[in-house]
Amino acid sequence: MKATINRRDFIRAGAITAVGTAILPNLLSGCTNGPSATGNNMTLHDYLEHFGVNQQMIQEIIREGLSKGGDYCDVYFQHTIGNYIGLEDKAVNRAYSDISLGVGIRVLKGDQTGYSFSEEISMDAMKSAARTAANIANTSSMIEPIAFENHKLPNYYVIKTPWEEVSINEKIPYLQQINDKVFAMDNRIIKSNVWFMDETSYVLFANSEGRMTFDYQPMGQISVSCTAEQNGQKEQNSFNLSGRRGIEFFTPDNIDLLASEAVKRTTDLFAAVKPKAGELPVVLAAGSSGILLHEAIGHGMEADFNRKEVSIFSDKIGKKVANEFVTIVDDGTNPNIRGSINVDDEGNDTEKTYLVSNGIMTSYLHDRISSKHYGVKTTGSGRRESFRHMPMPRMRNTYMENGPHKKEEIIESVKYGIYAETFTNGQVMIGAGDFTFYVKSGYLIEDGKLTQPIKDINIIGNGPKVLADIEMVADDFKMAEGGWTCGKNGQGVPVSMGLPTVKVSKITVGGVNA
Amino acid sequence: MNTKERKDLAIWAVDYAKKQGASEVAASVYNSRSVEIEVREQKIEKIKESTTNGLSLNIYRDHKYSGHSTNNLNKSDLQKFIKEAVEATKYLSADEFRELPDPSLYPENLEKDLKIEDRQYLSVSPEQKVNIAKEIENIARAQSEKIISATGGYSDDYSESVKVHSNGFIGERISTSFWAGGEVTVKDDDARPEGYHWGGSRFYNSMPTPQELGNKAAQNALRKMGQTKIASDKYDMIIENRAVPRLLYMFFGPMQARALQQKSSYLEGMIGKSIASSKLTLIDDPFIEGGFASRLYDGDGIASQPRTMIKNGVLNQYYIDNYYGKKLNMTPNGGQPSNIRFELGERNFDKIANDIKKGIFVTSFNGGNSNPTTGDFSFGVSGFLIENGKLVQPVNEMNISGNAKDFWQKLSELGNDPYPYSSILSPTMVFNDIDFSGL
Repeated sequence: MKATINRRDFIRAGAITAVGTAILPNLLSGCTNGPSATGNNMTLHDYLEHFGVNQQMIQEIIREGLSKGGDYCDVYFQHTIGNYIGLEDKAVNRAYSDISLGVGIRVLKGDQTGYSFSEEISMDAMKSAARTAANIANTSSMIEPIAFENHKLPNYYVIKTPWEEVSINEKIPYLQQINDKVFAMDNRIIKSNVWFMDETSYVLFANSEGRMTFDYQPMGQISVSCTAEQNGQKEQNSFNLSGRRGIEFFTPDNIDLLASEAVKRTTDLFAAVKPKAGELPVVLAAGSSGILLHEAIGHGMEADFNRKEVSIFSDKIGKKVANEFVTIVDDGTNPNIRGSINVDDEGNDTEKTYLVSNGIMTSYLHDRISSKHYGVKTTGSGRRESFRHMPMPRMRNTYMENGPHKKEEIIESVKYGIYAETFTNGQVMIGAGDFTFYVKSGYLIEDGKLTQPIKDINIIGNGPKVLADIEMVADDFKMAEGGWTCGKNGQGVPVSMGLPTVKVSKITVGGVNA
Repeated sequence: MNTKERKDLAIWAVDYAKKQGASEVAASVYNSRSVEIEVREQKIEKIKESTTNGLSLNIYRDHKYSGHSTNNLNKSDLQKFIKEAVEATKYLSADEFRELPDPSLYPENLEKDLKIEDRQYLSVSPEQKVNIAKEIENIARAQSEKIISATGGYSDDYSESVKVHSNGFIGERISTSFWAGGEVTVKDDDARPEGYHWGGSRFYNSMPTPQELGNKAAQNALRKMGQTKIASDKYDMIIENRAVPRLLYMFFGPMQARALQQKSSYLEGMIGKSIASSKLTLIDDPFIEGGFASRLYDGDGIASQPRTMIKNGVLNQYYIDNYYGKKLNMTPNGGQPSNIRFELGERNFDKIANDIKKGIFVTSFNGGNSNPTTGDFSFGVSGFLIENGKLVQPVNEMNISGNAKDFWQKLSELGNDPYPYSSILSPTMVFNDIDFSGL
């Protein structure tokens, strides 16, 4: 089934379900002309050679795209190599790889989009795709494309070693080590799965306004899940580290962290209970609790929803939506963080965008279409899953800045409530504003103290109400470390999120009725 | 590339991988085309046309296993790709259970027509497609002044694949599908609740009408006006047929061989035992004509067959794929669910609802999750409060929570109204005494 849940945008914690991808010593050479260079040091010339094209050819494709009277055309070349190695039942006994190469061609006429792509980098195939996209327009006047100027980008994801230079036999020992540590740590562990995933994407972008950019996008992730058994009861949980990183990120300390967190998160569940059903004060732990922002406000601030007036935030810009100590940003510039981008997927500079500044709603997240519609500068938020997809406004790293309170005073202020620590997924209905996220683990707060662990409860709230109900914000900001993937209209993109410890006075918590 | 060329390419890839040192190989070559159209204010908001090709390979090298896929079908690039794939496999650990299925499990008859291909696929014009979307938008928008946004949508796809295994299996499959629907947003004070309705068919001529799709999309949004949360309590729950699949996934994960072998299934050891109320009989039926998950063989090439998974509440069998089946020493029977149908009840939704004194009619789930190892679950819900058989108040922002082991025993009735636009043909279902959290 497809297309039936368009407006319910979801997020999930990247784990074992990652699609495609995998291993191989030098598999990147599946490209047409073979690689002439790899990694951070490539020039425009290298990118053109990598895709087997030159500037004249690209100009010709754009001209074809504009041939029916479109106002604008862009082309997005992408070559992605993914490697994925798995350990199960104590052996590294599976590996997958995926290569994906192609060019997406988009033509705009006002707010209207025509899109097509070609998986074959030949002039015939690319021009044919351009003609298909061109059909969105139907007039005789034609705009002449502007000569390209290469636009220099910052680099927010410097890595030491490109993944293409890391062979499968270098990665295998990491999996084995983590597995050994997991089993050594706790004799209740009965199963462990470890996955090592890396992806590298080469992107070359050009448009009819003369902009030309290129980007090298690495991603690395290790995920660990384990199952433990105690007195006949089984529990399972997982932990992962992910970012725009090279293999150097997986230091001995991080390997220890992967094993110990996976074990702790699993074995803690044995003692877990369910809270009372109903509205309760909720304290969100610093870190991946940023999922609250992603769902409660982030999606609703994506300007495509507002342009169509279907978001609950459609008339809130400039209005007070939260206490003055609440400042929420969506940022593409955090070094090596999973949702960071050097440039967005329509060639625009990325930035740190203030969604809420001292309690006042300040800006939507804009792509090209919405920024033209609103007559504002784009926020560099136009992102797409791949060359097979058209860009739209998306989040990058969404987080709240530090506030005036202390974690301890926040917990002490709660008589009965929950402390939510780890999450698996969330979702939002853009128009109604109802959002949810699933708490995998946390603690009950009773009389100002963390008491029993809790597990497997859903939290549901309303975006604007919950923003207004943020009562306290601590000074211990932390970015999420795991591999979050955000889904919207069938497209997944890597994101991250962060939060200091935050107290919301009340949200509906799934639980049991007395 | 035509069908024969695709088949030749798959056969070539299998041979080439064997020459590079693979002991066994499975190759698939696929092609799919699709069109997606979105119309708003009678203008095309978006139109996207796609054609995608690819080759995927499963390589077994002395019981070492790896899988690879690429969309670059240039022969010389493929040679390098396959060579490196076979080479990389040797670094992995051997696993005695990694081998292709026993050929006796492959289908004997691949001629059966499942009615999943519309041969007229290419003759549907772009104008027809755009007009369907426009009509849906018009019909939806005409339902109420309160509508602030309506979109009409259309999508279709054509997929073709050929699968070749080095131990004797060759399968080919062509399928089409056509979908259309609408999405509507209404203004309701500060909130802008949305509703949607999509429907589809394997055949263009049997698609649901724009009238049905536009009307329902608008009604699904309009009926949410004034929604609110109500008191936390135990309520009887009646679930709309199209929302039921979300609950069934609580079975499908834990019923799979991988979950059993990896000790992460709450259904381990439950064959022959009651896992749901005796009202529930769940049948996996891969041969439904025109079904959205109809197939003659599964991803392992293993012959599909109709099977009763749950009979009168008793777990009858698991989903056993080739690899985990071997690991568990169980005969593989097909590892993934196909079409799901039920032994239906006697009454439709109206008659069932009429008998409910106080309950909540759940029309959609919003987020939430379930734990396959323990059966714990918690989902966000919205719908309506029912009192004395009448829908009296739209509700939202509530959760239901529980454990699958108890939850399914509370199933008290199934309707006679299977939802047609899904591979899961679920009817209305009623559960008693469910934990709702709200105020």
